[in-house]
Amino acid sequence: MTARTGRPLLYLSYGQDMALLNTSAKRGWTLVLAIGAVALPFLLTDDLLVVLATACVASIGAIGLNIVTGYGGQVSLGHAFFLGIGAYTAAAISGDPDSTRLIGFGITSVPIWLLGAGLVAGLAGLIVSPLAARLRGLYLAVVTLGLVFIGEHIFKHWKHLTGGVGVGRPAAVPELFGIQFAVDGEVFTKAQKLYLLMLVLLVIFGVLARNLVRSRVGRALAAVRDRDLAAEVIGVDVTRYKLIAFAVSSFYAGVAGALLYVMIGFVEPGSFNLALSVQYIAMILIGGVATISGSVLGALFITLLPRVTRELPAVLPFISSSSGSGGITVFQVETILYGLLIIGFLIFEPRGLFGIWNRLRTYWKSWPFSH
Amino acid sequence: MNEFVATVVRGLGNGSIYALLALGFVIVYKSMRVISFAQPAFMMAGALLVSYFVLSMNFFLAVVVALLLTALLGAGVERLALRPMIGKPVFVIAIITLGVDIVVRTVVNAFIGLDIRQMGDPWGLQQVDVLGVKVDQRHLATLVTTLIVVAALFAFYRWSRTGLAMRAASSDQEVALAQGVSVGRVFSLSWALAAALAGLAGVFLSTGIGLEQNLWLTALKALPVIILGGLDSLGGAVVAGLSIGVVEALVGSYGGDLHPIFGGDFFLVVPYLLMLLVLLVRPYGLFGTKEVERI
Repeated sequence: MTARTGRPLLYLSYGQDMALLNTSAKRGWTLVLAIGAVALPFLLTDDLLVVLATACVASIGAIGLNIVTGYGGQVSLGHAFFLGIGAYTAAAISGDPDSTRLIGFGITSVPIWLLGAGLVAGLAGLIVSPLAARLRGLYLAVVTLGLVFIGEHIFKHWKHLTGGVGVGRPAAVPELFGIQFAVDGEVFTKAQKLYLLMLVLLVIFGVLARNLVRSRVGRALAAVRDRDLAAEVIGVDVTRYKLIAFAVSSFYAGVAGALLYVMIGFVEPGSFNLALSVQYIAMILIGGVATISGSVLGALFITLLPRVTRELPAVLPFISSSSGSGGITVFQVETILYGLLIIGFLIFEPRGLFGIWNRLRTYWKSWPFSH
Repeated sequence: MNEFVATVVRGLGNGSIYALLALGFVIVYKSMRVISFAQPAFMMAGALLVSYFVLSMNFFLAVVVALLLTALLGAGVERLALRPMIGKPVFVIAIITLGVDIVVRTVVNAFIGLDIRQMGDPWGLQQVDVLGVKVDQRHLATLVTTLIVVAALFAFYRWSRTGLAMRAASSDQEVALAQGVSVGRVFSLSWALAAALAGLAGVFLSTGIGLEQNLWLTALKALPVIILGGLDSLGGAVVAGLSIGVVEALVGSYGGDLHPIFGGDFFLVVPYLLMLLVLLVRPYGLFGTKEVERI
């Protein structure tokens, strides 16, 4: 360690270079970020906390999509399908066992239904992945899009599982060591508890994913993405790594799907449509392709966007907050903004928010020299 | 028997709409190697324009004017959002078209409103007797128009100078450039053609039943069609479009006796299931060119 005291960026081994927090700045800021994230529930109002908790869950889903699309280069528009599988598995495992209308097993412990949801979704991903191993590029994108439609159809008609269109079913019940997360407690409110739970889960799954992508698997995936033929030549088993990418990504999607509806407390079978898939694609594109922190940034951005646009009518009087009355509504502004952001980011900042952050960092690091 | 024939004609009518849409996808794919997810938006835009123009002019004139404007919209979108992205990975460009679709469709939806807009077409829901079989006039009109459009399109590609340029650009852009083909013009023209075809499909889709916001989902059925026919095959798009239309209609009419777990609207997902099945056997569709890999 003595060699590092004077020169913090001098790495003497591969391990040091590849460490999660390889610079002192990263160590410091991660600590600040962690303290800030834990302190937030005591500073913000409950409705904002719910939005942030949703963003944490969306981050998990976005990380999953980034593993297959960002790192593995396999474009998947089928994320909504796997989110749906996760949501319904979790809801069924923790559902009311006495109900005659819906399937339920009454196991409300978080780790059990969370793992169950992830594993079932991961298994579905494995079943689908032979197609992915055979197809490339846009063919794969369209096929995964087909999955969403088939999944939506199944969800709409399997009434014992999903409750059917317009009716839906209660989402999974979050309970851990006797603590009920979805009801107000004596010390913490519902929103505070849920936020902390989701934050902890995000950290766990985020670190897991980060470890995956900086290991052998991650390097193999990047090789497949950059040129699958070359990867095969240097000894990467392309089919096997495509399977792994799909299974892991679907696992993450399942976990995210299970948690996503806990905040609302309700799952509707119509919600797992193409728009949801596109939303996740937008998250990783806006956040930054093939970065874990980018996925989190993108998820935060997309989840907070409606919240921000909802404040617009107060500032810009020509936007109305309800449909029916003339002029453009908030929802239309929101959708248009969302589409324009996707286009704009891809044209002007293909590396997303992470790229912007990277540029800022380099600027200050090399200041006062421009390059 | 009569019912069967009527079902097939209905399927051919719907299938021609899919074929028109699929042709648009294939034209864009041939020029840019990208699937344009913006096609649903152009379809809705074309239908919307017609539904406004018929208020003040003849239906057929309205269709012509609306399609010209839709083509202009397509070319404009290509110039603004797609041209800066030449040479970037196709996935990125495909996602840009998704963004375009979201923006354009939101604007179109705002003009459609919550009610169904009437197209003012001469066919409506009237039926006509053909050899003792009652068929919807609109389905016949769709089929005939599609056949004419397809013939014209094929002739254009086969014999016209511009068509030749488009084929050249699709087979190798750099060589085409070196031969004096303006590849940029080819891109614009492809997008304009694709948008106009989508618009035409939208017009026929909303004749009789009227135009409403959810109709855009039909445009996505062209995706299984192009995958089935092969992404770069114009003929494949037409054949696959018509066959998927017929299969869908048959399942819709006779599939009601299947197990209730499939649900009454099972025919809606039939195209996607067909696509999955065919792809397992033939990864490049029925008529697509197999990708040759050079090391």
